[in-house]
Amino acid sequence: MYVTIQPAGAPGATTTTIARPAVEAVGLVKTYPGKVQALKGVSFSVSPGAVFALLGPNGAGKSTIVKILTTLSRPNAGHASIVGHDVVREPERVRRLIGVVGQKSAVDLEATTAENLTLQGQLYGLSGGELRRRVSGLLERFDLTPARKRIARTLSGGMQRKLDVAMGLIHQPQALFLDEPTTGLDPEARAEMWREIARLAGEDGLTVLLTTHYLEEADHLAQQVAIIDHGQIVVEGTPEGLKAELRGDAIQVELADALPEAEIRAALSVLDNELREVVIDGRSLRARVDSGASALPGVLAALDAASIRAATATVARPSLDDVYLRYTGRAYAETEDKEQIR
Amino acid sequence: MTAALANSAQITNRYLRAFLRQPYYIIGTLIQPVIWLLLFGQLFKSVADIPGFTAASYITFLTPGVVVMSAMLSAGWSGTSYVVDMDRGVMDRFLVTPVRRSALIGGELVYQAGMVLLQSLIILGLGYLVGARFPGGPVSIVLLLVATVLLGTAFASLSNALALILRKQESLIALNVSLTLPLTFLSSAFLPVNLMPEWMQTVARYNPVNWAVEVGRQTLSESVDWPFVAVRLAGLLALTLVCAWLSIRAFRAYQRSV
Repeated sequence: MYVTIQPAGAPGATTTTIARPAVEAVGLVKTYPGKVQALKGVSFSVSPGAVFALLGPNGAGKSTIVKILTTLSRPNAGHASIVGHDVVREPERVRRLIGVVGQKSAVDLEATTAENLTLQGQLYGLSGGELRRRVSGLLERFDLTPARKRIARTLSGGMQRKLDVAMGLIHQPQALFLDEPTTGLDPEARAEMWREIARLAGEDGLTVLLTTHYLEEADHLAQQVAIIDHGQIVVEGTPEGLKAELRGDAIQVELADALPEAEIRAALSVLDNELREVVIDGRSLRARVDSGASALPGVLAALDAASIRAATATVARPSLDDVYLRYTGRAYAETEDKEQIR
Repeated sequence: MTAALANSAQITNRYLRAFLRQPYYIIGTLIQPVIWLLLFGQLFKSVADIPGFTAASYITFLTPGVVVMSAMLSAGWSGTSYVVDMDRGVMDRFLVTPVRRSALIGGELVYQAGMVLLQSLIILGLGYLVGARFPGGPVSIVLLLVATVLLGTAFASLSNALALILRKQESLIALNVSLTLPLTFLSSAFLPVNLMPEWMQTVARYNPVNWAVEVGRQTLSESVDWPFVAVRLAGLLALTLVCAWLSIRAFRAYQRSV
């Protein structure tokens, strides 16, 4: 299934074809030895200067896409290009156009902050005054100047992550790939990283492709979001468009007792015209309505009439959580197993 | 080509800098040869009294052996830094830059070769202090160093290849130890070949570690036996090239598996 959603109220407004997408993937297939099909035909394109988020749970195929787009890995089928340069046929060219910040911090722990940046620049052929200027510029920009002579091992996780991003920018790339840039960061460091990413795309006009399994991160940062599940993109669009497509609010009622699903559905049958996408999951009941505030009393009354007691009830504007639930049939949190999401 | 050389120098520099920041590592690599020299020098001192032992003193005999053995032992650790780089994502970070792939391999080998050379010179100096003499003179010492660096480079390449395939520190170290120690004892590092059991003599003939030790023993004789040296150096060079080829193959296999 592959769906493109336009923002509500502007049908076709964003369909203008852009001559040269900053990043383009067409029908990417990747099978790892052992016959694990990590990607089953992934296509998308990112316009220059946009922040594009690949959203999905661990193991969905996000990192595999990044590895192919950054020339680390070759697809078994399909092709991909960066600003028109094919990643398989012109890897050298592509490497100079992209900056990559991997899932794990990849700083050299035995080198200082400045040495890490300097070596990274040298690997791109930079040297002399130009390299020194860029190193000090990036140290300044990421507030790492006071830590320039510190061995990276002694830096905090947040500082190491900033150094990772700074290293990804040393050669002034056109597109920056961030593979789960905030995983493992504390809330404060995460907020700082978000500000930085927004600034990169905004002020610097960089195209940013980020992968994340944090829904709020995609919602907060990205102009385009693609939800990926089991190696396939299930839906793509703007966060607003995706949410608007859901038409209406989400209501969620936590029941006081666990009851058979059929019993709850029977109690709600009087509201069949009002409630959409009813999902019952243990004691939690979720549904979509045109207006939460006006529908909720009816829901509670219907439950009450069937002697079903409600513990809590909430109304929420649509979120990417709901988008995810709708297109994958699973609540986002459930796919994360024991992993802490927020 | 210039880019490859510049990149190699940058990679060598990275390792060198990390080495200089680890005083315990420096002391460790120095202490081990001291232990071998002094401990074995004392333990096997009476070997010099056995009929058939021709060298002037046991320490004179032992020193080239310890030079070769130490080179092999320390080069065997080479792959551990690859494992760390793969674990940390540093390897992948390098691979998404335009850095010459040959420089990633070559730069590390240059560092290893330099370490082997430094270590060898220190052991030779130490050996001299405790009574070893080198009647073969400077030419024979250069030959010892060439053979040792070749053997060290070969083992570093092998260690790197294993690291790229195994990707686990424990497996690499276990395999390294179970390879290097037997090879040392199946060479004439501690005992002259003619004092070994017959089957060991046969094994030693095909043992590259023994080739390096035998080239190194030219320091003991007044004149260099050139044909003898040439055959063994050629063998060591061939081994180094084969190991380098293996490490390149392993590197490509790693790239494909990413």
